[in-house]
Amino acid sequence: MSAAPTTLRRLRRWFNRKGWGQITIATPYIWLLALFLVPFVIVFAMSFATRTPTAPPFSFGGENPILNWENYRRLFTDTLYIRAYLTSIANAAMATVMCLLIGYPMALGIARSSRSWRNILLMLVILPFWTSFLLRVYAWMGLMGTNSWFNKLLTSFYNGIVPDDWALSYIPMMNTNFAVVLVTVYSYLPFMILPLYANLEKLDLQLDEAAMDLGSRPLRVFWDITLPQSIPGIIAGGMLVFIPASGELIIPSLVGSSSQPMIGRVISDEFASARDWPMASAVSVALLVLLVVPLMLYTHYESKAQRQAQKRAEEGQ
Amino acid sequence: MSAKAEPSQGSARATPEVARAGSSEFVRVEGVTKKFGSFTAVDDVSFSIDRGEIFSLLGGSGCGKTTILRMLAGFETPTRGRVWIDGQDMTDVPAYERPVNMMFQSYALFPHMSVEKNIGYGLKHEKMSKAQRGDRVREMLDLVQLTGLSERKPHQISGGQRQRVALARALARSPKLLLLDEPLAALDKKLREQTQFELMNIQDRTGVTFIVVTHDQEEAMTLSSRLAVMDKGRIMQVGTSTEIYEYPGNRQVAGFIGSINFFDARVIRRNGDLLRLDVPDLGGEVDAAAIDGVSSGDEVTLAVRPEKLVINRARPDETNRTLGTVEGLAYFGKDSLYRVRLPGGNLVSAMSVNSRRAGENERVADWEDQVWLSFAASSAIVLTS
Repeated sequence: MSAAPTTLRRLRRWFNRKGWGQITIATPYIWLLALFLVPFVIVFAMSFATRTPTAPPFSFGGENPILNWENYRRLFTDTLYIRAYLTSIANAAMATVMCLLIGYPMALGIARSSRSWRNILLMLVILPFWTSFLLRVYAWMGLMGTNSWFNKLLTSFYNGIVPDDWALSYIPMMNTNFAVVLVTVYSYLPFMILPLYANLEKLDLQLDEAAMDLGSRPLRVFWDITLPQSIPGIIAGGMLVFIPASGELIIPSLVGSSSQPMIGRVISDEFASARDWPMASAVSVALLVLLVVPLMLYTHYESKAQRQAQKRAEEGQ
Repeated sequence: MSAKAEPSQGSARATPEVARAGSSEFVRVEGVTKKFGSFTAVDDVSFSIDRGEIFSLLGGSGCGKTTILRMLAGFETPTRGRVWIDGQDMTDVPAYERPVNMMFQSYALFPHMSVEKNIGYGLKHEKMSKAQRGDRVREMLDLVQLTGLSERKPHQISGGQRQRVALARALARSPKLLLLDEPLAALDKKLREQTQFELMNIQDRTGVTFIVVTHDQEEAMTLSSRLAVMDKGRIMQVGTSTEIYEYPGNRQVAGFIGSINFFDARVIRRNGDLLRLDVPDLGGEVDAAAIDGVSSGDEVTLAVRPEKLVINRARPDETNRTLGTVEGLAYFGKDSLYRVRLPGGNLVSAMSVNSRRAGENERVADWEDQVWLSFAASSAIVLTS
């Protein structure tokens, strides 16, 4: 009879003393564990399975080894996969650079505009999200199509400036890597602008004045003061664009070249059409390694360099 | 009583001429007005500064002193008026082309650069070799005594050290004019006093002209060779610390700098160097050092600083005297402040230096005591506005 209230009291005491803090800290970890780590482990395990004509279409063991490395061997030998990875990385990198070149001036402009304008401009950046992503991609398909007014306009411009024998009846935009990069830039631009804006908005403008006071012209001030301080924003924006863009499925499927598939398309095809789940898993794991490992290395060396600088400074005293 | 607050140069005043050695105009601010929208931050301000001076702009927040500094640095353009530095019209010259450097109130050190890089930043634009640049940075580190910290980032050093880095960075390019915006405001009291003398020392060694913006009158008075007292975008008076303190031009200046007792007075007649005044609050007639431009019957203000009021139990010989009752007493150690109620109802402050050691029962006066207050005619300030 007396045991239950004691346990309850103990629980309540734990809860009041540190329970809240621990639960708060644990929540994101539990979230990550359940929704990222567990699925990843499943995919990782599946990548070592063998494809079978059963349901689900894979098995471990049987006549095949428990750890089947065949999928990974194919990954490195079949040029389809290697080319798909390269295409994805190239398209995503190109899109990221374009997003940075377009987004940086926009973010800087918003950060330096008056307080009342800032919210309006930020609103305009986010506004496209209010229409369906798919709808916007279809809109681009319409624009880039051979018979669209947009294509005709560009074609007449192009024909106007090149010699006659280079003239085209339309500009081939659809089903090219150009189209993929264009639509990716369009779709992911806000993801570059928002973290950059958050970073640039915090910068102390007095530092710009100080640099100007010390003889730097405005462009120089940007190069010496604004740009170095915005590197965290550039990295954050770059990752937010590059990582999803390299695994993008819808954009390359709708506007990309079918002869140069991107890796998202390959994974999708392996899963759905070929019903080769183990292979699709192997491709996914490889993509993750390809994206995450350089990132982890970067973070590792960055923090190491920072620690070293701190140490040097302390020794210098 | 029609005279309005005339900015400085109150030539009517019996101000002792302070000789300024090697006097040569270096900075001239000429009828400068700066408006932000409908708000006038600086209103028709003119003054000039000599080479090698430490000149202070003193005033409360929002008086326009920082705006003047920013116009000298080139961050703001005057709405009207011209700014001359070393004989050149600098009004429309951008900040990066002016021979002027500024030490910011927040120091504005570049957080991503080491102390060394911060100090050397301005030298990148000078035509000098890498070795020369390194020498100059070392020289500056030496000047502000930070030699061991060159590798550190600004966030790894103390507030006082940051202040010195800011100073070294501003001085590295050997500017003709150094602008200091509240240079000591962020330091604690001890460090502030020490740094104050260091600043004066560095100014002496480098010979650079300093313009200091401050809201701290003590700081302004110790640091500067001359200071301008500002209020609501206007300069109320320009002068040396002594001129401003002992010969304030109007009630506002007199009240802003130090503490002071004001009495309404009427001029009776002029007696050579003295003015005979009728001051009802002091119970009759007193003498004060004469000023020009007043005649019999004029309403004026008599002002006496607390430390110029002598407090005594015995009736003094001085003719400027009055009887009062001690209502308050504050003992500061080196001196004591007495609050004395006059028969007319006024409460006046008198400061008395405790020049001799006295126990609690032996002091000049105690609560409720009847005391005599007196002051020399030469110490009395007559103000017409």
